[in-house]
Amino acid sequence: MLILTCPYCGVACDETELAPGGEAHLKRFGPGSTDEEFEGYLFQRENPRGVHFERWRHAYGCGKWFHAARDTVTMEVFGTYSAQVTEPPEEIRAKISAKHPGWSWREFS
Amino acid sequence: MVDLASALSEAASSGAIRVEEAGLCGMVTIRGDLTDATFTDAVQAATGIRAPAERGMERVGANALLWMSPDELMLTCDHDAAGDLVGKLESALAGQHHLAVNVSDARAVFRLSGDDGAVRDTLAKLTPADMSVGACPVGAVRRTRLAQAAAAFWFEAEGEAMVVCFRSAAGYVFELLKTASASGAEPGYFAGD
Repeated sequence: MLILTCPYCGVACDETELAPGGEAHLKRFGPGSTDEEFEGYLFQRENPRGVHFERWRHAYGCGKWFHAARDTVTMEVFGTYSAQVTEPPEEIRAKISAKHPGWSWREFS
Repeated sequence: MVDLASALSEAASSGAIRVEEAGLCGMVTIRGDLTDATFTDAVQAATGIRAPAERGMERVGANALLWMSPDELMLTCDHDAAGDLVGKLESALAGQHHLAVNVSDARAVFRLSGDDGAVRDTLAKLTPADMSVGACPVGAVRRTRLAQAAAAFWFEAEGEAMVVCFRSAAGYVFELLKTASASGAEPGYFAGD
């Protein structure tokens, strides 16, 4: 069971109160991009064993989207943070580094 | 004249706790920027109730303001007062980005009463929310689900909880609450809480 704390309303939500939104921090490639960039944006996803960043929506509550950083192996949640950012905040990265020195995920580390 | 009726005509059941449909209740959805003092001041001027803290509620007489999300409040009142209150909100919030809608007839309201532990046990059978007194004290609003239906609930007092759901799910939620509070099926988990 995954329990994530919604950063907008502070409720500790059970996974079943949330709607999953897939991978976090995707950069959109639209008109004018190359075929490879567009394919990557549409189809190429991370499937890591370990540190992962995801989007979730507090569907049965305040209705807001947010980001979560967690470990896919241990189910440890490093933290949740605002949806209005394009990369993981420093404090979340520090928490991950404490557990997994030298971790990397896409272009973040 | 239209005969107004609530979803279940005040159906009730008495098992480990009493579950009753609260009948016609007034409800107004208010949306806007709750961090903006001019917005919350205008809501207070129209309703006479100050804006509640995060996940909290404020009650003045028959009316209460409930915190629903960072940009949404719900005003509960008497059913026939909702229309006037929307008018007051509209004039107090004129010129500001806001929404005030009378949703009274879109919802069903249930009152659960009895032993505080038994009320918490009943809800805990249906929701993933932590129903301990520490996590869900009197006056805290929790939006969550009851089995498969979206719902919100709060404790008005020890041993008295109010549950709000969509009117279309009223029958389902009433049956859930009735079954979960059946006599002889009390887990007693929150009995000493």
